[in-house]
Amino acid sequence: MAQMEQSKNGASNPGQAQETVVLDGHIIDSLILAKVLDTILMMGGAFDLREVKVGATRETPSRAKILVRASTPELLGAILQAIQPHGASVERQSDCRFEPAPADGVLPDGFYATTHLPSQVRLKGTWVEVEAIEMDVAIRVDPALTSARTVTMADAKRGDLIVTGRDGIRVLPLERPKERDVFSFMESQVSSERPHGHIIRDVAGRMRHLHDSGAGKTLFAGGPAIVHAGGREALAWMIDEGYIHVLFCGNALAAHDMEAALFGTSLGFGLCAGRLVPHGHEHHLRTINRIRGIGSIEKAVSTGVITEGIMAACVRRNVKVVMAGTIRDDGPLPGVITDSMAAQSAMRAALPGVSLALLVASTLHAVATGNLLPASVATVCVDVNPSVPTKLADRGSFQAVGLVMDAASFLRELARELGWKG
Amino acid sequence: MSRILVCPPDYFDIEYEINPWMRVSNQVDVERAKSQWYELMRVLEQEVGALLERMQPVQGLPDMVFTANAGSVMGRRAVPSRFRHPERQREEAHFEAWFRSHGYEVTVLDKTLYFEGAGDLLGFPDARFGGYRKRSEIRAYARLSEIFECEIIPVELVDSRFYHLDTCFCPLSGGELLYYPPAFDSYAQAAIADRIAPERRMVVSEIDALQFACNAVCVGKHVVLPTGCEATVQRLDARGYQPHPVPLSEFMKSGGSAKCLTLALDG
Repeated sequence: MAQMEQSKNGASNPGQAQETVVLDGHIIDSLILAKVLDTILMMGGAFDLREVKVGATRETPSRAKILVRASTPELLGAILQAIQPHGASVERQSDCRFEPAPADGVLPDGFYATTHLPSQVRLKGTWVEVEAIEMDVAIRVDPALTSARTVTMADAKRGDLIVTGRDGIRVLPLERPKERDVFSFMESQVSSERPHGHIIRDVAGRMRHLHDSGAGKTLFAGGPAIVHAGGREALAWMIDEGYIHVLFCGNALAAHDMEAALFGTSLGFGLCAGRLVPHGHEHHLRTINRIRGIGSIEKAVSTGVITEGIMAACVRRNVKVVMAGTIRDDGPLPGVITDSMAAQSAMRAALPGVSLALLVASTLHAVATGNLLPASVATVCVDVNPSVPTKLADRGSFQAVGLVMDAASFLRELARELGWKG
Repeated sequence: MSRILVCPPDYFDIEYEINPWMRVSNQVDVERAKSQWYELMRVLEQEVGALLERMQPVQGLPDMVFTANAGSVMGRRAVPSRFRHPERQREEAHFEAWFRSHGYEVTVLDKTLYFEGAGDLLGFPDARFGGYRKRSEIRAYARLSEIFECEIIPVELVDSRFYHLDTCFCPLSGGELLYYPPAFDSYAQAAIADRIAPERRMVVSEIDALQFACNAVCVGKHVVLPTGCEATVQRLDARGYQPHPVPLSEFMKSGGSAKCLTLALDG
């Protein structure tokens, strides 16, 4: 529910009414298109030109598809009435189609695959917001045909009503955020040659706002390089100060963080001296074994075995942690979810309320998290390797701002912006 | 030779009011109407040299005399009108039958797509204009431009006295345009000005426009128009045209004049 609120406020604005109209014919030279657009604006509405096909020759007609928006349904009605005599006709609409899922975990052929943009389906003549939107999943409608929610392939149950085809479905554009910061461009430019300072300042500004106002949560997804590279203290500080509310990671980040707490090493390297300590490579195994013996990370912290670091801060601040395992994991630590689909579900369940996501130094967790986020969530992806933010953008998370830089430098600079004295 | 479709005024009368000119109380002098119509035919045939095709008038359809609204013809293709007012919708079948029986390739529009023929669709070979809002619907022009494979620039009519394009817009054979700009909204005025060079535009005064100076029939250098449009006559004369004023006062009671009473078949 919280997530729905968020995505509505952040993107589609529930007070707004909108309708797509089509204008056909010789609409350019006749100034009919100009007249229709002027009329919309003069009446206090707004428009997005969704499509303009200009006829190749004078004889060939043109076509424009215009999304008309107004602050109230009444105003929208008045605008549509005013532009209708000039040929603007409401795009032919029909309800969305759906079919029952043929078996558990199987979607009907022709199922509609979602984007991560705010979406609506038309049920019994009414446009209904799709709840918990994320990309590459299906839409399930309730049997009473009054609500719709995303459903993954794996979670679909035999007989679930799954939206098929493309009729009666509309994907709404994201409104530009009111904040005039780096996220307002909503385009994932990735460059190692752009100055980082202002991006980090903007990220800090968002985190401070969310922290102070409680208007939303900040999600952090990261990999173990954070610990190796020396970003651990800065991250732990931000967690301790309440700037991070949800943590997604794997076995390794937690293991190396606690290895550092217990042995002062990360993957066997002395974090202070920077030398491989004798038998240091065993430290993370001994750490995992120790925590397994204790039973849970929470208990290791509450009994004073782990006193500092990222995981300790998470336990102290009651941060929602989802640890997803992989096939190369040692152990794993208690709490690591080794069933990928179960991990995905747990991550999904932690998303409501998230409005800022920091994806740092992990290809796997960055892409996995990006796949689950609605486009309305401001996202920044930080990696020394430019291919990671690029990969994220290629998989559709166009809203992510890419930052090519070392994780530790990013975290330390970010924490300093927020008041860290380290 | 120019072929023109006409319909004798045997049943012409004012039986209803569907434009600001029509008043049922303002009765037509039937005999005078007939003599005016026959005089118009004489001028068209003998002075202009047009070939007239006469339709069979139908009792109970008083406005069939206004054949400009039969439909629109380009080459061998014809699209019969779809009248906005039910009073004239009964004419549609007769006009359609005439086009079919005379070998035209007929395309009919959807019942609800109002289009009142050459009353609203006029222009030059390189620029055709379609009046909308009063009678024809703008959507008809998107369809007509497909059927006729030509550009049609829709222009909005904003003065009810000039309810058809042919009441305020008359393309002449030499490329000039006789028109009354205030009958159009500002976008249409700009679109017309954009297409027709200033030296080709002949703006008609309100006085002449209200005498239906623009409701003229142009065949070659001949321009047949209603009497009482002195200024326009002089200007046509100065441009090398041969004006033929014809008294058509009885038809003006119905909101029609020379052009409304004819349909050019070789458009």
